[in-house]
This record gives sequence, C-alpha cells and structure tokens, in this order.
Amino acid sequence: MPALIVSLLVLVLCQLLGEWLVRSLGIPLPGALIGLVLLTVALVVLGRVPQALGKVSGGLLRNMMLLLAPAVVGLIDNMARVREEWLPFLVACVAGALITLAVTGIVLQRLLRTAAPHAGEQA
Amino acid sequence: MIAADLMAVPAPFSSWASFALAAALWIAVTCLAYWLALRLSRRMKGNPVFVPVATTSLMVMAVLWISQTPYAVYAPATKPLNWWVGPATVAIAIPLYGQLERLKRIWKPLLIALLIGSVVAMASAIAIAWALGGSWQTLMSLMPKSATMPIAMPMSERFGGLPALAAVAVVITGVFGTVISHPLLRLLKVTDPAARGFAIGLTAHAIGMARELQVNPTSGSFAALAMGLNAIATAVLMPLALAWV
Repeated sequence: MPALIVSLLVLVLCQLLGEWLVRSLGIPLPGALIGLVLLTVALVVLGRVPQALGKVSGGLLRNMMLLLAPAVVGLIDNMARVREEWLPFLVACVAGALITLAVTGIVLQRLLRTAAPHAGEQA
Repeated sequence: MIAADLMAVPAPFSSWASFALAAALWIAVTCLAYWLALRLSRRMKGNPVFVPVATTSLMVMAVLWISQTPYAVYAPATKPLNWWVGPATVAIAIPLYGQLERLKRIWKPLLIALLIGSVVAMASAIAIAWALGGSWQTLMSLMPKSATMPIAMPMSERFGGLPALAAVAVVITGVFGTVISHPLLRLLKVTDPAARGFAIGLTAHAIGMARELQVNPTSGSFAALAMGLNAIATAVLMPLALAWV
C-alpha cells in the first residue's frame, strides 16, 4: 500500500517539477510533458519500472478517457461558434484527420520495413 | 497574493461547501456516464463508434442540457477529475520506457514520420478551411488541432485564433480520428502496431492514445510517443511556418 502512495507522489512531483521548469524558463510546453521526459530519464537511470509505479500508471492510463471527458463536454459551450463556420471547420477536422492518419501510417510503415526490417512486427 | 489565490473558491460557487457538493455531484455523474459508456463499448464489441470518451461526454451533455446546468458550473466542479490528466500524462513515461530499446533502433524513421505527419496535419487543416472560405480566426484555430489541448489552445491564440474554437477542433479531430483510425489503417494495410499507434497518436493526440492503450500496449506506447513528439513539433513548426506569411 505505501508503495502505491509513493508512486502517485512520484507522478505528481514530476508534474510539479515540469510546471516549475516551464514557468521559470518560459518554455511554451505543458508542464506534464516535461514531467514525462523527467520520469523517463529517471527510469533510464534506475534501469527498471518499480512494480507499484507500473500498477498506478496503468490504472491512470487505462482510464484516461474518463479524465478527458470534462474537457470534451466543453463542446456544449461552443456549438454556436461552430455553427457559424461549420463547413470549413468540420471538413478541415475530418478530412485533415483522414489525410494525417493515412500519410503518417503509410510513411512510417514503409520506412520501418526498409530501414529496420521486422522491428515493428513483434508486438 | 499567492495566499489569496490559494484561498479562492472556484469561480461560480459562493462557498467551499457548495463547491464540494457540486464537485461530488458532477464527478459522480461523469463517472456513472463513463461506467455506462464502458459497458456499452464492451456490448458493441469495441466498435469504434462507441469510443467511451465520446459516449461519456454525450451522456453528460444530455444531463447538463436537461438540468439546464451551464458548463461554467460543470467545468470547475469536475476540475478535480480533469486534473489527473497531468499525472496521467507523466505516467506515459512507463510504457515509453518499455519501448526504449526499440526506439533507439528506429529513431530515424520515427523522426521523419513525425516531421511529415506534423506538417501534413497543420497544412491540410488550413488548406481545406481556406478553400472553403474559413476566416483567419478559423484557420488559426484549426492549425494546431492535432496537438494536445494544452498546446493547441495557446498556440492558436498566439496567431489570432480563438482558444475555445481550437479546443473544439482538438476534440473533433481526436474523437473522429480515433473512430476512423482502425478501419482506415486496415484499408491502407498499415498493420504494424508501431506505425499504427504512431499515426493515431500524432493525429488524434490524447483521445487516440487513450484508446490505443486499451487495445494494445505496443501501439499504445507509440501513440503516447507520437502525441508527445507532435505536441513539441507543433509548438516549434507552427511559428516557423507562419513566419513566411
């Protein structure tokens, strides 16, 4: 049990450190992203993932959709604005997503097959 | 100054007691909707149309609309739930660490795919919106739509977009990109879980990543990687691209 609390604390402290760095250095990135980098470096130094940290992180990540839902609900306040320019807005989002998915997926798969055969295949 | 900030009650509430009550109520409603959304998704055998973040949000919107509750009440009340997005983002380090050995081998293809994907995401959005007669404000709100919300909102604002509109674009792109990703990539024969996850994370940011993490740990961690890298790439490339305008 204490290990789980310590794991949560580690995640929160990484974010806090990230926020602090972002603010004091004026980096235009979210603090949590810097926290992600910091924790990755810490894991590389440590050389393994502590079991409790893996458990806590897995739980949070598996339920990320619940955590994002309140932001998505914000759509309700911007419906009027979207209605004004709905055509360029919707087509750009939808077609843009299709093009980006297709180009990125195809390019990376081709590159992986030529540069490092079989690298991406073992799941 | 800081002390006053620390003591402040979130905006639309008159006291901590009413905030606590509203928080308990709206977090409970959101969790209940999420639980129903998960059950629905399982019942539909993971059909992407029922991606839980979309169905959860739709149910909550319906409740807000029926109860005539403004989003200005719902948002601060559910802040304690939404706040965990930060630590969850940090937690992406764990699946990422699991892929590190592989990353060292394939960093060059990943970097090329990142640059191409990021430019395509921004260019396709503004080109389409411009061709259909979108205003500059709409164009700039749409440009960073494949980056996560905490990046997209300030970036669009800096170049004359509307942050709220950028948030909407981020959400539509994330939900639609997640829904369409598996059928589209299957059609294009992109079967490699690394390439699939990377494309989804780059396009549909946190929403796509959240689904990939539920489906497959490999594609999930590549989605996480792509989301993080595209956030950085968007923050760097958008000002560079607009410097020519």
